[in-house]
Amino acid sequence: MNVVVCVKQIPDPADPGALDPDTKTLKRDTKLILDESDSYGVEMALQLVDAAGGGEVTLVSMAPNNEVGGIRTALAMGAAKAILVSDDALQGSDALGTAKVLAAAIGRAEGTDLVITGTESTDGYTGTVPQQVAELLGLPSITFANHIEIGDGKAAVHRQTEHGYDECEVPLPAVVSVTAGVVEPRYPSFKGIMAAKSKPVDELGIADLGIDAAQVGWAGAGQEIVEIEPEPEREAGEIVEDEGDAHERIVAFLDELKVL
Amino acid sequence: MEFTEEHELFRRTVREFVENEMNPHVEKWEEEGGFPAHDLFRRMGDLGLLGVEYDPVYGGGGADHSYTVILGEEVGRTHCGGIPMAISVQTDMATPSLARFGTHELKERFLRPAISGEHVAAIAVTEPDAGSDVAGIRSHAVRDGDEWVINGSKLYITNGTQADWLCALVRTSDEGGYQGMSQVVIPTEVDGVEVSRKLDKLGQRSSDTAELVFDDARVPVANTIGEIGRGFQQQMMQFQNERMIAAYQSVGAMETALERTVVYLKERSVFGRPLIDNQHIQFELADLIADLELVRQFNYAAADAYIRGDDITRFATIAKLKAARTARRVADVCLQFHGGIGYMEETWTARFFRDSRLWSIGGGADEVMLRTLARMDGLGGD
Repeated sequence: MNVVVCVKQIPDPADPGALDPDTKTLKRDTKLILDESDSYGVEMALQLVDAAGGGEVTLVSMAPNNEVGGIRTALAMGAAKAILVSDDALQGSDALGTAKVLAAAIGRAEGTDLVITGTESTDGYTGTVPQQVAELLGLPSITFANHIEIGDGKAAVHRQTEHGYDECEVPLPAVVSVTAGVVEPRYPSFKGIMAAKSKPVDELGIADLGIDAAQVGWAGAGQEIVEIEPEPEREAGEIVEDEGDAHERIVAFLDELKVL
Repeated sequence: MEFTEEHELFRRTVREFVENEMNPHVEKWEEEGGFPAHDLFRRMGDLGLLGVEYDPVYGGGGADHSYTVILGEEVGRTHCGGIPMAISVQTDMATPSLARFGTHELKERFLRPAISGEHVAAIAVTEPDAGSDVAGIRSHAVRDGDEWVINGSKLYITNGTQADWLCALVRTSDEGGYQGMSQVVIPTEVDGVEVSRKLDKLGQRSSDTAELVFDDARVPVANTIGEIGRGFQQQMMQFQNERMIAAYQSVGAMETALERTVVYLKERSVFGRPLIDNQHIQFELADLIADLELVRQFNYAAADAYIRGDDITRFATIAKLKAARTARRVADVCLQFHGGIGYMEETWTARFFRDSRLWSIGGGADEVMLRTLARMDGLGGD
């Protein structure tokens, strides 16, 4: 059972940096870490390979400056190797451009039974890359998986819905996006961290993947960011003084938010 | 000290473990006056956090001391002092002598399960009449064939109610003074080892502290760590590890205390503006940040010396002294800047104020550090 996991390396949300007013994109010149939403996919893949009794997990990532900080975390968790695509021409890539690169890189991994992705990245939130990757690879896909079982050349998937989950089946190979929180990602152990140092990371440019520079980056982007503006300041909260009816007012407030 | 990508990954693992597996339980453990050491240590052992420097033959990581520095700093960020202390007893107070001087068999029986977290270890040196003055120890072991018969008592033993074994310093001859002491591994399951009291403390409440009594406790002479009669010297070396880990942990604790205080001061508005806008407050904090940085960099210099194999007595002495005293100031200022709410038990500052106080007492009091330094620098005997 060989699983490819697409992982994004993003600026640390604890120290997120800033938006570049010229390019209207997030500055990515800081140290990048593994997007937490992808750590669930890595954990899911490791568990599936473990359950299958053999095989390996390969990571695929696209990042500027051959950044490997986040990849090393996933390797330390237990992934066997990684394919990293890094190329100046990729700057400004939109979701489809990214999907083209990831699809081509996934094609380099041999004998892939399953491709796992997160549902959306923590810094971009387009939420469209997994389906685009599937389409480009000509593979079936299921989104929002919170449970995957492999057997008889198929994946049985629980697809999360607003009120529960749908039971779906898909023939392998397939692309499945997993929701955050479905498994508990393991902490990279000391030994895992040390072992990650010597695990292979295949660093490629777009030419290695046979991708034309006009198809990706600013040149190939079909999406345009028209305007960016800072997040509005958080407004002051309302302090409810309890005069015996606080619970009722809180319930009414929550009711208004439609969270009850 | 240079940190690599591996160091940063290791730091992240420990930080996330502390944030997710320890901090959410601190309130409960503080209230209960103890924490589930076997459960927590087992999970830390699985991640390789309890023996980063120890020989891989016994399950250790085989790393250099720089990883211990990171472990100490990050564990120090726990929202209490008790759990970090309990962990450092396991990693840097009760096990270094065993790792350095123990026989292969002894390490298989006691070091391996301490590294995996299966066993909880404790260090048993202090006695009712011998704390900083280690030469005053009275607990003694009399040889009977292949066994030691041990009598006496030990006081202020961290992990004492939960420990599976003790690294105990006892007299094995009548020579007196610094002579004739040995380090012996005493399994707590043997007859004649009793917890006579669980002690109530000012702070570090989540860590259990015990008084132990030995009443004709019999352990094999083969449980002696290193050379019979060299226990004092071996323990003095072990104390260096104890002092360094305390200094490393205090950096993490001070760092997180200052971060939390700054967050509060940015939110708290007095006289129409956030408290952080007050220049007096900014200067006080900047002064503490400067002192914290000095302690941190001194620790790194000490760790580099340790890695080189130098005698680090002077480094460890100064690091422990200054880290402890700086932490006391940080705790005082953080509490002060929180005002009335800082004095409330519900606010972390109250716990930090109590917990940080121990660094100037445990592992050799400030006065012992000063005495050691005064002697080293030829200022006189006592």
